[in-house]
Amino acid sequence: MSKVTLKVNGEERMVEVTSETPLLWALRDTLNLVGTKYGCGIGLCGSCTVLLDGEPVRSCTMPAEGLEGMEITTIEGFHPEGGHPVQRAWNEEDVAQCGYCQGGQILSAAALLDKNPDPDDQAIDQAMTGNICRCGTYPRIRKAVKLAAHYKAEQGGES
Amino acid sequence: MNRDQKKQSTGEPDLKRRAFLQVSLAASGALIVGVGWSGLAMAGEGAGQTWAPNLYVRIQPDGRVVIVSKNPEAGQGVKTAFPMVVAEHLEVDWKNVEVEQAPLDDRYGRQAIGGSRGTPDGWDDLRIAGAGALFLLKQTAALQWTVGVDELTAQAGVISHPPSGRSAPFADFLDGAAEMPVPEVSMLKLKTRPEQFGLLGKFVPGVDNPAIIHGKPLFGCDVRRDRMLYAQYVKCPSAGGKVRSANLDAIAKQNGITHAFVVEGSDNLSGLAPGVAIVGNTWWAVNAARDALEVDWQIVQSDSSGEYANAAARLAAEAGETQRHDGDVEKALEAADTVVEASYYYPFVSHANLEPQVATALYHESGKLEMWAPSQNPRGARRLIAETLDIPPDNIDIQLTRIGGGFGRRLRHDYMVEAAWIARVVKRPVQLQWTREDDMKNGFSRPAAWHHFKAGLGSDGRMSAFDHHFVTFGRDGSTVSGASLSPGHYPAGLVPNFRLRQSLIECNVRTGPWRSPGHSAYCWAYQSFFDEVALAAERDQLAFRLDLLSKAYGEPPLDLERTAGTLHKAAEAAGWGRDPGANRGLGMAFHFDHGSFVSHVAQVKADGNRVKVEKVWSGVDCGPVINLSGARNQVEGAIVDALSTAQLELTFDGGAIEQSNFHDYMLATIDQAPEVEVHFIQSDFPPMGLGEPPIAPATPAIANAVFAATGVRIREQPWRRANIVI
Ligand code: FES
Ligand code: FES
Repeated sequence: MSKVTLKVNGEERMVEVTSETPLLWALRDTLNLVGTKYGCGIGLCGSCTVLLDGEPVRSCTMPAEGLEGMEITTIEGFHPEGGHPVQRAWNEEDVAQCGYCQGGQILSAAALLDKNPDPDDQAIDQAMTGNICRCGTYPRIRKAVKLAAHYKAEQGGES
Repeated sequence: MNRDQKKQSTGEPDLKRRAFLQVSLAASGALIVGVGWSGLAMAGEGAGQTWAPNLYVRIQPDGRVVIVSKNPEAGQGVKTAFPMVVAEHLEVDWKNVEVEQAPLDDRYGRQAIGGSRGTPDGWDDLRIAGAGALFLLKQTAALQWTVGVDELTAQAGVISHPPSGRSAPFADFLDGAAEMPVPEVSMLKLKTRPEQFGLLGKFVPGVDNPAIIHGKPLFGCDVRRDRMLYAQYVKCPSAGGKVRSANLDAIAKQNGITHAFVVEGSDNLSGLAPGVAIVGNTWWAVNAARDALEVDWQIVQSDSSGEYANAAARLAAEAGETQRHDGDVEKALEAADTVVEASYYYPFVSHANLEPQVATALYHESGKLEMWAPSQNPRGARRLIAETLDIPPDNIDIQLTRIGGGFGRRLRHDYMVEAAWIARVVKRPVQLQWTREDDMKNGFSRPAAWHHFKAGLGSDGRMSAFDHHFVTFGRDGSTVSGASLSPGHYPAGLVPNFRLRQSLIECNVRTGPWRSPGHSAYCWAYQSFFDEVALAAERDQLAFRLDLLSKAYGEPPLDLERTAGTLHKAAEAAGWGRDPGANRGLGMAFHFDHGSFVSHVAQVKADGNRVKVEKVWSGVDCGPVINLSGARNQVEGAIVDALSTAQLELTFDGGAIEQSNFHDYMLATIDQAPEVEVHFIQSDFPPMGLGEPPIAPATPAIANAVFAATGVRIREQPWRRANIVI
C-alpha cells in the first residue's frame, strides 16, 4: 500500500492504494465518487471516462499511482452547477435512457468540443466511438453534441 | 378485431374492476390521494380487508405536487411518463411536480418491468388519481365560494371562477378536499384522446436528468453504507457446477480480505448457485485476491455449441411435433405454382447491461434484511430470497435503485440472493459487484433457434401454404425460458394452409427472456423469408405484405388494419418505391408484440461487403403517445440494439459461455448508428408500452435493405457469417 495525493475536481485528496489499483476504484471505493462507472475494466466501454488534464481517459486501466500532480475531473466535478453547454444540451435533448454510460459520454463530448467547436457527424462519431451506450442513445448524442456546440458558440466559446 | 381488443378500444376503465379513491390529510397539511381497485375478479380475495391505495399523489401546501413512481426505472422512461399522466389530469404545472421512487411495497400492486405492461396497467390508476384529486379540489372551491362547480376551471395548480374573477391556488382547498365525499370514478372526466391533452404527447426530458448529468448517486453500484464491505462471488463457469474445494485459507490471507467462504447453493439455475464468496475492504482488493483463487469444480453438464448444431441438423430432418395445422399444408404445397424454401438461424445472445449485476445488502441481528438493488421484478426477488434464506418475506425491505439497463436480465435475481446470503454471513453492509466477465458468463442468454420454412405461392401471387419447422431448445420436454413460439403467431391465420412443427434440443445452460422475448429473434426470420417469397412472386415488397395483411383465415393473429397502418406510414415517410441510388437499398418489415404495432423501412449503403445503415423510418401505433421524448428514445434505442445484436453471438463449450467481455462481445458503437425518423399514429386505443415492440422489425428491415443493396440474403446471424460487416 502506498499513499498517493490526487488532485480531484480541484481538491487535493489522499488515497491509500496498492500499486496496481486503477484510478476508477480509488475514486469509487476510497473517495466515494461514484459518478464514474465500471462497465468492463479493460478500457473498451468508456463508462469510467474521466478528464486527465482535460483529456478523456479510461480510469479503469490507469493506476492511480503515477497521476500525482495531474488534474483529474470526474462527472461530479464537471460544472456541478449545471451550466456547461454539454450538460444543458444533454438535458434538453433528453439523451439518457438508463443513464449509466452518460457521465462518460458527457466528458468525452466536452473534450471534443474543446478541440473542435463545430464537429460534423463524422467528427462526433470518431471522438465518441470509445463510449458504448447499451441503450442505443447514439442518434441523440449526435444531436446533443451539435446543440452543445451551438450553445458554446453563443457563449463565445467560453464554458 | 377480437372481443378483448374491442373492449379496450373505448379507452374507458374496465368495469369489471371498480376503482376507489382514498383521500387523507397528512400532518404536514398535504392532501394525499390514492387509488385502489376491487371488483369481481378480486371479490374472493380482497373482500372485507383493509383497503390500501396503490398510488400516491401528495399535493403540498407550498404548491409542490409529489407523485410516487411505483415501477422500477431502467431507461424505459416510466418514472417520467407516469407522473405526466397524473399531472395532466390534475392540471398542475409540470415544473411543480416532484417524482419519488417507491420502494417495494405490496400496497402498490404490480411493480415490475416486463412485457411492456407498465403503461397499459398504469393508465387507469394514474388518470383516476389525477382527475379524482382535481374533482375534490373543485368541489371544495365551489362550496367555499358558493358557486356551481361547473363554472370552475383549473389550470397550472390554480382554480378559477371566471364569472366572478376569483381564483386561488390548490393549496387553499387541501383541508376541505380531505373532508369531501370521494366521487365515484364514473363521475370523473378521464382524457382519452390526444386532442384533449396538454402535457401528454409533448417532449418532456427525464426527471432523473439532473442527477444523471452530474453523476449523482442513482444506481445500484452507487449505494454506500457505513462500514460497507465489497464482495465478489465466483461460480463455476459451467452452469450448475458445484464446489468440491477451494483454497480459502490462502485467499483469506490476501491484503484487504475479510472473508472467504464456500456457499453450497442449490440446483436452481435462476437461484443461488454454488460458489465462493470473497469479501474485503475495497472491491479492488477482492478482485486482486480472486486472481489467487483455485477451485476444484464438479461439472454437471457439458453443453456445447458444436453439439447443439449437430443436434439441430439431425432434428431438421425429423418430423418434429406438430403444434398447429390449418388446412392441408402438404397438399397445398404440391398444388402450388412455386415453392420457396429457406432456413434461418440465430445464435444465443447476452443482455450485456452496461451496469454489471450488483446488489447491496445488510442483515440485521433482528433478522431483518435491507437491500438496495436494480430489479425488474422486486417482488419476485423477495420471494427467491425469502425461500433461499428461509426468512419471512416481511423481513425483507427492498429499495429500488435506477437500473443500468434491464432488457429482461433483471427479471432474474441471482445477484440479489447472492448478496443476501453473503450479508447474512458477514453481518455488515456488503456490496456484491459482479465483474463484466461474471456478468457475461453467468447471463440468462436469449436462446438460439433454427427456422425451416417452405411457402407455396398460387398463381395470384399470394401464399397458399406456409410450412414451418422450428428447432429450439428444451429441457424435460418443454421449451426452456425464452425459447418458445406461439402457434398463433403470424403468418398463422394469414394463409389458408399452415403448419408449425417444433423440435427440441436438450439444453442445460441458463436462458431467459431478452427484450421482446422471442419476437426480437424470430421476427427477422419471418420477415426476411417474406422478402424471399415476394421476390419469387415477382411482387413489390410493400404490396406483397399489404396483401398478406388483407385477409385472415379464422382468428386474425394481429390487428390487420393497425399493422397495415404502420407499414403505410413507414413506407410513405421513406418514400418507398424511389430509387435509393447506387449501392443503396431499402428494406421493410412489420410486427406486432406487447400491444404495439411497429413497421420500419431501412436504407443501407454498401461498400463491397461493408454496409452502413443510413436511415430508418418508423411507423408506430402504440395508441396515444404519453411522453414523446421517451417514446422516440425507445424506438431509436431499439434500432441500435437490433443492429448490435445482429453482429453478436455467445458460444458454449463444456457447458460454459466462451465470451467474457467486450473484446469478444462488442456492442454497436456510435459510428454504426443510423439516423432515425419516427412517425406515430395517434390511434383511438389506450396507450401501450414501447420498451419492446420497436426492436423485432428493426433487424429484418435492415437485413432486407442489405439484400436490396448487395444481393446478399442473410440467413444466419451474426451477419459476419454471411460475410456482411456493419
Ligand atoms: S470500465 Fe473502463 S472502459 Fe469500460
Ligand atoms: S443510456 Fe443506458 S447505457 Fe447509455
